[in-house]
Amino acid sequence: MTLDFFVLMLAIPLVSGALLTVFGERAWAPNLNILASLGTFLAAASLTVEIIANGPRFAFGEQFFIDSLNVFFVALTAFVGLTTSIFSGPYMANEAAHGRLTKPRLRLYKSMYQLFMFTMLAALTTNNMGILWVAMEAATLTTVLLVSLYRTSASLEAAWKYFILCGVGIAQALFGTILLYFAAERVLGQTGNALLWTHLVEVKGQLEPNIMALSFIFLLVGYGTKVGLAPLHNWLPDAHAEGPTPVSAVLSGLLLNVALYAILRCKVLADGAIGGDYAGNLMMGFGLFTLLVAAFFLSKQRDIKRMFAYSSIEHMGLITFAFGMGGAVANFAGLLHMTMHSLTKSAIFFAVGHATQKTGTQMMADIRGLIGVNPLIGWGLMLGTLAILGMPPFGVFASEFMILTHAMKHHPWATPVLLLALGVAFAAIFGKVQPMVFGDSELKRLPHAPAITPVFLHLGIVLMLGLYIPPYLTRWFHEAARMLG
Amino acid sequence: MNNAVPLSAQLINLFASVILLLAFAMLAQRRVLQLINLFALQGLALGLSTVVAAVTTGQSHLYWSAGLTLVLKALLLPWILHRLVRRLHVKGEIESLINIPTTMLVGIGLVIIAFNVALPISQLSHTITRGTLGIALAVVMLAFLMMITRTKAIPQVVGFLAMENGLFLAATSATYGMPMVVELGIALDVLVGAIILGVFFFQIREQFDSLDIHHMERLKDN
Repeated sequence: MTLDFFVLMLAIPLVSGALLTVFGERAWAPNLNILASLGTFLAAASLTVEIIANGPRFAFGEQFFIDSLNVFFVALTAFVGLTTSIFSGPYMANEAAHGRLTKPRLRLYKSMYQLFMFTMLAALTTNNMGILWVAMEAATLTTVLLVSLYRTSASLEAAWKYFILCGVGIAQALFGTILLYFAAERVLGQTGNALLWTHLVEVKGQLEPNIMALSFIFLLVGYGTKVGLAPLHNWLPDAHAEGPTPVSAVLSGLLLNVALYAILRCKVLADGAIGGDYAGNLMMGFGLFTLLVAAFFLSKQRDIKRMFAYSSIEHMGLITFAFGMGGAVANFAGLLHMTMHSLTKSAIFFAVGHATQKTGTQMMADIRGLIGVNPLIGWGLMLGTLAILGMPPFGVFASEFMILTHAMKHHPWATPVLLLALGVAFAAIFGKVQPMVFGDSELKRLPHAPAITPVFLHLGIVLMLGLYIPPYLTRWFHEAARMLG
Repeated sequence: MNNAVPLSAQLINLFASVILLLAFAMLAQRRVLQLINLFALQGLALGLSTVVAAVTTGQSHLYWSAGLTLVLKALLLPWILHRLVRRLHVKGEIESLINIPTTMLVGIGLVIIAFNVALPISQLSHTITRGTLGIALAVVMLAFLMMITRTKAIPQVVGFLAMENGLFLAATSATYGMPMVVELGIALDVLVGAIILGVFFFQIREQFDSLDIHHMERLKDN
């Protein structure tokens, strides 16, 4: 083999991140950022094709492992990474033109953006549960300076909270990983292989159940902090609201997914070792609680980015609940919902970013009549909102419907809670977005024309998947869902 | 039944209790510089206990992690923190802690909980260091308590790093340390995290004219 797409996919963001650290203030730097993201996406797409054709494979010895489960997240991550970089070109140029950001900070933004992509792709593809932890922590570190990019007191506070809360959370996950290694070492011996997921999954039935039970709790709470599971979700709305909008888009659309992916990998091991519904019940409990908390906080929000951040928490709760139910259908629905949520939420953040830039405020009460100012942004926000609220024919409807019907069948007690939370969320979000989009307003043009394409590209895909899921994608989802047990 | 405990195990237990004692001392320490020194001492004790474990078991990678601990936690990180304190001119700063006796009592409660949680697990371990797993968990919890009760930025970070010390102790006591590549990665993350926090302190100071995080309570949900 002459060209390894996997190596390419990890090398491009790493190298371009380093390049942008040095040359990030040049005029062509934003283009390099987009070009690197495009390269990463193409490599990821080729890797996906390769995995679908040839099945799972290792890389760098056994340290990295790509199968049908994580290649799906890799493709999604690289795609949203690409569109976000396209979006951030004009967005960041406008921010600089408004004097909110200086050149060195734009350089920091671009280099950290690429390194963030690198850490996420590494976390998704690593086979080593320890390296997974290292990459997740590195992802926090690369984004903490992005959250405080504006250096306002509010953004510093948000970044501090983000760092400390996620630091504490990730420390719990490290303890969980230590316990996991402890359990594994008794079976696999004192080798470097004892933390490799592919080795662990082969002996999962022999892992000591008591240790694994404790380990899974720590891993769930630890990585769950990054997913935004209540009660450790407090960092999320602040970080989303105070950071630049492209950062909000990748945090919501990608980082939460990657953290949830880490939990899923751990759940497979815990299920095998403990048996029964122990891990699933924990996840269902956390998921439902998160869903409820987020739904009721939604109605209190006045800042538009905060509101959509709470909406992300809500959806993460729903997805965690779906995976907690387990089984082929619920896992399928969970994976589908993760895809839909990533695409829709990042599209919403793109539209919200342009809207707040136009109006100069994030307060929803001051944003009015977007449809008159710029019909495309207005419609983008409206359609995105309808999509995320689960209106047919968008894809979120399909996945939410599957989760609901599966819950009704197997866990009827949860259905009223689910319906209540989804209803409250619908009323809260729709009631607030409607006047923002329709109404009267007079605003001047932005110096750099906004990038609208990513918004409609994402919404188009979500709409298509709502109406028709191509057979190869269904197979792929089924394969991944089966792996999760 | 032979109750004689080998000397190495006694030494390791001794170091572990020193680490626990230092965790309590940090909980009650008001002065920033003294707090950093206590943290350095804790790193030293941690490194030494790893050295003893390495000598006893002959595991070569334990020497590496002992060296890493001594360099990073007993020297480099305290040095960075000292520099920060000097550059930020918060040297003589004294923090007003609320109710040290109550904090200590809560701490004792946490230690009891930690020992109870760790007991069934440490019995499954066959390492000579297994007795220290409970202490490790207790150190993690005490560091957590410290982060909650502190109001200044630097002590919070020292608490964060002390929590990492506890986790490291847990790793060595349960399994003789994680695989080398993982330990290197963790060390790198801790170091980068400390540097980023250093940058961060200056940003906070510039914005708030203080490192008191009470100023940072504006973001709320209403």
